[in-house]
Amino acid sequence: MSDVPDEPRLLDAGEAALVVEFGTTVDPAISDRVLALDDALGAAPLAGLLERVPTYRSLMLHYDPLVLDRETLVARVRSLAAGATARAATPTLWTLPCCYDAPHGEDIVQVAQRAGLSPDAVVSTHAGATYRVYMYGFAPGFAYLGGLADVLAVPRRQSPRPPHPRNAVMIGGGLAAVATVPMPTGWYVLGATPARLYAPERDPSFFVGAGDQIRFEPVDAATFDALTAREAAGEAVARRGEARR
Amino acid sequence: MSILAIEAAGPGVTLQDGGRHGYLRFGITAAGPMDPLMHASANRAAGNPLDATAIEVSTGGITVGAAGGPLGLALLAPGFRVALDGAALPEAVALTLEPGQILAVRAGDAGSWGYLAVSGRLDVAPVLGSNATHTRSALGGFDGRGLAAGDRLPVADGRAGDGAPHRLVVPWLARNARTIRVVPGPQDDYFAPDQIAAFLDGPWTVLPRGDRMACFLDGEPLKHARGHDIVSDGVAMGAIQVPGNGLPIVLMADRQSTGGYPKIATVIGPDIGRIAQLRGGTSLTFQKVTVAEAVAARRIERDAVREPVAREPVVRTDFASDFLLGLNLVGGVTDGAG
Repeated sequence: MSDVPDEPRLLDAGEAALVVEFGTTVDPAISDRVLALDDALGAAPLAGLLERVPTYRSLMLHYDPLVLDRETLVARVRSLAAGATARAATPTLWTLPCCYDAPHGEDIVQVAQRAGLSPDAVVSTHAGATYRVYMYGFAPGFAYLGGLADVLAVPRRQSPRPPHPRNAVMIGGGLAAVATVPMPTGWYVLGATPARLYAPERDPSFFVGAGDQIRFEPVDAATFDALTAREAAGEAVARRGEARR
Repeated sequence: MSILAIEAAGPGVTLQDGGRHGYLRFGITAAGPMDPLMHASANRAAGNPLDATAIEVSTGGITVGAAGGPLGLALLAPGFRVALDGAALPEAVALTLEPGQILAVRAGDAGSWGYLAVSGRLDVAPVLGSNATHTRSALGGFDGRGLAAGDRLPVADGRAGDGAPHRLVVPWLARNARTIRVVPGPQDDYFAPDQIAAFLDGPWTVLPRGDRMACFLDGEPLKHARGHDIVSDGVAMGAIQVPGNGLPIVLMADRQSTGGYPKIATVIGPDIGRIAQLRGGTSLTFQKVTVAEAVAARRIERDAVREPVAREPVVRTDFASDFLLGLNLVGGVTDGAG
């Protein structure tokens, strides 16, 4: 555990955004502080506070400075941050089916070579871990996950590979991710989930929140296809449980 | 129902409203107009809500017609060339487009973005509460893409306007574009004081490869004091990140919600549109302001765009860049219209 300061740093990002910085590293204790403040601000709406964006180590607050002046926002943040040191609610544990087989696990052999493991060991290692959702970013519904086993901490590619498929399950640079919209990527594709973390026409469009946990449950290609069809018909194929702290 | 028919559209012409807000925490970019003040002003002139859906015209240009009935239009496209059935019009104009007529907007000597607002409501299905187009994720607007020849946009509650074209008088759009105001940070402590000074002084030259995501600058590279990789944090509109090569990148409407380079400063809201309008090759410098000064500038803009947009009859036929003629013309017109 690293040290987490009692008082966050407040950094202006122009006149309409404030960064509340709890640290500069990827660390569950820092993330807990970020998410606790996010929860506290969400529980007591403040007129003119437009969006809250949790990241690994900071909470970005986008605000309308003609409605909410900086001093009022800063005072609220300081008072809530002092009290909000732990999350109020127990995070949700999501079990996502994941097909590591062809054609989905496109980059497993490359990862196995770089990590010095067998392809089966790559799968069992990846599927054996519980991941924390630190943040979204990069693209719609792109969830950055911590908790990847050290043996799978291969660096990201020097140059991006062609766009990954929809709902790709990926690793790179010591982190794991679930992506949604196909994009060129420097990460390695280990598989795909039939669960759609992001579906703009669905209500809610997103169901996994920052701070939630994820496990991947291996399924074969035929099961993947069947689950994909059920998901497309409006059924949720991700299973929900209560996370262990 | 009347239809706005797209006869031709260059790359980068999209539908934009005030932006898709509320989903940044899930990685959804707000998008919205590159020049928010001009977008809002075009809507104001068209009698629409300030954040209504309008067409953002790139230097690729656009040609439109009306079908099913006449359409009232307001166009703000400083520096562009505008023609109705081949006859030149001012670059800030309100008109009624009759079926059979063709309005063409082409890139001129200056300006990167113009806004075409239809009096009424472009009846396009919103995605996540917005019609803003984010082409990188194929989200929103018209099928998640730029407009193209053959697209037909239904107009609900259309109003035809009042006949002959009128010049729009929008003095608040005569803006100083070469000095861009910034608030330092959030990672200005990744740079030594002499590098902050070098950043402010520039001069920087806008590179031509910019787009809705970012404005790339060229000049003397900046040096980082503490490396150029940070653990990702949030990215605000106008954030100026400095990657390893030391050349600043201003993140614009289609930016990603988070990023991993130090951000030396952030362009203030009122100057986002100014930098967006600069073409490749233009030089600029940055001016440091406080948050309070930035908020004051924002308030001036907000109040300006709430004023009615004055109109005057079009009498001239030579409209070479009214906006570039500067404040004198605009000031005189305002007096006459006031």
